[in-house]
Amino acid sequence: MGTAVPGREARLQGFDEALAAAWRLIVTGDTALVEIAALSLKVSLTAVFCAALIGLPLGAALALARFPGRGAVIVVINALMGLPPVVAGLLVYLLLSRAGPLGPYGLLFTPTAMVIAQTLLVTPIIAALTRQVVADLWTEYSEQLTSLGAGRLRAVPTLLWDARFSLVTAVLAGLGRAMAEVGAILVVGGNIDGVTRTMTTAIALETSKGDLPLALGLGIVLLVIVLVINAAAHLFGATARRAAG
Amino acid sequence: MHARATILPLTLDRLTYARGGETLIDGISATIGASSRTVVLGPNGAGKSLLLRLCHGLIAPTDGAVRWAGADAFGRQDVARRQALVFQRPVLLRRSALANITYALSLQGRLGRGERHARARDALASVGLAHVAERPARVLSGGEQQRLAIARAAALKPDVLFLDEPTASLDPGACRAIEDAIRAIDAAGTKIIMTTHDLGQARRLADEVLFLCRGRLLEHTPAEEFFERPRTPQAAAFLRGDIVG
Repeated sequence: MGTAVPGREARLQGFDEALAAAWRLIVTGDTALVEIAALSLKVSLTAVFCAALIGLPLGAALALARFPGRGAVIVVINALMGLPPVVAGLLVYLLLSRAGPLGPYGLLFTPTAMVIAQTLLVTPIIAALTRQVVADLWTEYSEQLTSLGAGRLRAVPTLLWDARFSLVTAVLAGLGRAMAEVGAILVVGGNIDGVTRTMTTAIALETSKGDLPLALGLGIVLLVIVLVINAAAHLFGATARRAAG
Repeated sequence: MHARATILPLTLDRLTYARGGETLIDGISATIGASSRTVVLGPNGAGKSLLLRLCHGLIAPTDGAVRWAGADAFGRQDVARRQALVFQRPVLLRRSALANITYALSLQGRLGRGERHARARDALASVGLAHVAERPARVLSGGEQQRLAIARAAALKPDVLFLDEPTASLDPGACRAIEDAIRAIDAAGTKIIMTTHDLGQARRLADEVLFLCRGRLLEHTPAEEFFERPRTPQAAAFLRGDIVG
């Protein structure tokens, strides 16, 4: 009776079996797995790079600038840290879809679209954390820098540089969100095999199809990558901090 | 020592600063000339540091005025550039000792790169720190950090150098090095205005004394006269080591 329904249930394997298969995929350097992991890294790192380029100076400027409505901008950026990825994905989808303002560029369902969506998600995180770090540093530095003749504008790069060890953490928080995120890139990337399939979207897909070894393998790779990046940053930060005081 | 154009003398005209209903600097009037080392003395909380900050323009007086004779000739921005202040706890940037000085010089925007480096190296050598030029400023000892801060201020070749408790909490060797540096800066033609709570240091360095008590200027006399024949009972008590204020 049970064999009469050859559905998803029937293809489900035991956890041990899946883990062993996943391990085989990793150790043999399975092409699909390597490609997916590489694309994931490329998209997320590019997005974090763009977000840092915008978020670091934006956060520092918000820490130092005094203008009407500054409080509102800070609240909005803090709130955007919690922007649901699917909503970010929807916004970018509308922008890039054929009828949207950027439709003619044909970017929808490309890695570029995923980078845009992730940049939108990560920038508020980096900007908000940077604002906090730089504002704290400014209370320590403001008299000294003013005395030396640095105005607020000139102080921005100085403070960013002197806060560099703390800001690595802000950028890592951004990278964490980018690497872990599914909703936005699924909506704008479409999870197309070989083109826009990333670790998270693949895990979602393979799990729902019941192909647990690939999903589990990707999950392990994802965890290891995130761990390695954070460990490297921690070691680098600790060493540099000790050396630079 | 040949005379050069300077922003001095400095005139304080009923200078007053109040905060939270408390008058911290109370109607100080004085003229401070170019040709001597001025030491501001007084018990804790007399307003010594506050007076330096007001003179340097870091905070605005609530009443009265700070006037520089050279204000018309040099313009406001130049008057600010022709002063420097060494804070009791100077903020050193998280970069090398040498870079701390070249940074300050670059803010003045007058020297080329090569000149900045040459002048910074001279400034380091003049306080005996040539051997730590490439070391991160924040890992230097307390006395070295204070000397670096003095070298950084002196490298700007200001008309006036304010020093706020330059030897607080330093050991005797470090104190001697700093007093030597102050004498050398004075000899090079920079006006010294400093605070100290160390009476021995005041005797060694002062040409004239401003004695402050509870925000009011009680005496402004040549040092010898102040130490031998104080005019006010408060100054006499202060010199005896009694608690005043």
